[in-house]
Amino acid sequence: MPVLIYAENAEGKFKKSIFEAVSYARAIADQTNTNLVAISIGDVSADQLGALGKYGAEKVLNVSNAQLKNFVNQAYASVIAAAAKKEGADIVVLSNSFSGRGLAPRIAVKLEAGVADGAVSLPEISGDKFTVKKTAFSGKAFATVQLTSANKVIALVPNSYQVVEKAAAGTVEDFSVENKESDFKAMVKEIVRSTDKVSLPDAEIVVSGGRGLKGPENWGMVEELADLLGAATACSKPVSDAGWRPHSEHVGQTGIAVSPNLYIAIGISGAIQHLAGISSSKVIVAINKDPEAPIFKVADYGIVGDAFEVVPQLIAAVKEYKASA
Amino acid sequence: MKILVCISNVPDTTTKITFTDNNTQFNTNGVQFILNPYDEIALSRAIELTEGGKGTVTVINVGEVSTEATIRKALAIGADDAVRINAKPHDAWFVAYQIAQYAKQNAFDLILTGRESIDYNGSKVAGMLGELLDIPSVSIIKKLDVDGDKAIVEREIEGGKEVLVIPFPFVAGTAEGVAEPKIPNMRGIMSARTKPLNVIEPVEVKTSSEIISYETPAPRGQVKLVPADDSGKLIGLLHTEARVI
Repeated sequence: MPVLIYAENAEGKFKKSIFEAVSYARAIADQTNTNLVAISIGDVSADQLGALGKYGAEKVLNVSNAQLKNFVNQAYASVIAAAAKKEGADIVVLSNSFSGRGLAPRIAVKLEAGVADGAVSLPEISGDKFTVKKTAFSGKAFATVQLTSANKVIALVPNSYQVVEKAAAGTVEDFSVENKESDFKAMVKEIVRSTDKVSLPDAEIVVSGGRGLKGPENWGMVEELADLLGAATACSKPVSDAGWRPHSEHVGQTGIAVSPNLYIAIGISGAIQHLAGISSSKVIVAINKDPEAPIFKVADYGIVGDAFEVVPQLIAAVKEYKASA
Repeated sequence: MKILVCISNVPDTTTKITFTDNNTQFNTNGVQFILNPYDEIALSRAIELTEGGKGTVTVINVGEVSTEATIRKALAIGADDAVRINAKPHDAWFVAYQIAQYAKQNAFDLILTGRESIDYNGSKVAGMLGELLDIPSVSIIKKLDVDGDKAIVEREIEGGKEVLVIPFPFVAGTAEGVAEPKIPNMRGIMSARTKPLNVIEPVEVKTSSEIISYETPAPRGQVKLVPADDSGKLIGLLHTEARVI
């Protein structure tokens, strides 16, 4: 029985996190000696669809109709579940994106499947036993969950699995489903994207500021450093609570959990709730005046100093590094 | 408007997470349990939307008797009544199934959950409820306003937001921004003691997942300090040693 991967697009393009999920699904298909089928919904060019074959999809189901142009949770879930049934897929993989998190539970109910959301590594399969490691306690721990149902849904956390090129046929087929009218009750009125900024959940580098920056007017240097590094900006809870930065930038236990390659914490002391949200970061840099700040306990690199003196030096060094690269 | 708010009882955000029984059980010893912070946002918005006799708010929890302190807290914040389904919340499917049975018998206009619980972080109950009740669900919302028989909802997407128009009834998972969490006042605390808290028994349902073990993130090595007056050196280290830029 094949593995089905839902290849979510953003404005007609697949992001790196989707290729990670395709590579991950390919590896599961290899584990179970089966094929990988991808499904794409919306307006995606042939060129983009072809890329799914590059990472191991034998077949690509292309669902392109005007009604499904925008993401509608209910309708998309119906289409993906129908594709799984048609292909006889017993494992459905998605990215643990904002949309993926809405889809996974609906698909699971339709397929009577157990769900491993927030998956961070490949499943271990031995006989009937199927287990997946997932994030728990908002980054403070991991749980290994056993899926006991015949069908399974897995949502993979971005930046937790490497993209692996593994060419397969990637034959594109049109696929369509008769959606129920009730699938379209929710309607998208408007989509607002800040195109000039790197999105925080997808970011490979995150530059984050805390109360040590003293006020929203001092975020210029955070943004400049982030721009130079191709990074997303983030902040601690007190900063978003004070309204200095939007809630969508709040990293921590009650905000967003990130897993970038590099997390730079500027003027963040490192309360346990904040540390939970950054524990999956590969490398953590801390810049803080207080050498006793808890952030230094989890940091790989640290600078004990005044952010207003340190950050401009970093900006100059990045400029120099980029000029020489 | 009748609103159902699904709440969970979770370890306080300051809890240091440890495990017992060969890392198979969460160590609750000395842990303070609280109303899940995202559920608090859901509840606060529900109260705002029904204030001034415009409706009622029922909170529902799937849990054992130990969760009643948290349920009373929700009543103190301002819910009108509460339901506890007397069972251990085995997994999201179990919880969603129980709540769906209750919701089917009591027509609600709106069902709110937190975007996720801060213990297992599934964010699955909202979607499962939507599917079980065959109504729309929206997973992580930042704003919810009522416009007649519809709601205008803002959903978080990577690098932006999506504005949706959704007719009632539907299910939504609330995140920060939907409402400021309300703090119970003295009157609320007093009245919470006498507000109805109905305990109902669970229905039987086959579960589909099981947590078999836990682990904590691998400890990180010693921090490597770079002198503040030579901060630029850090960039070189990130490039040549850590290889992240």
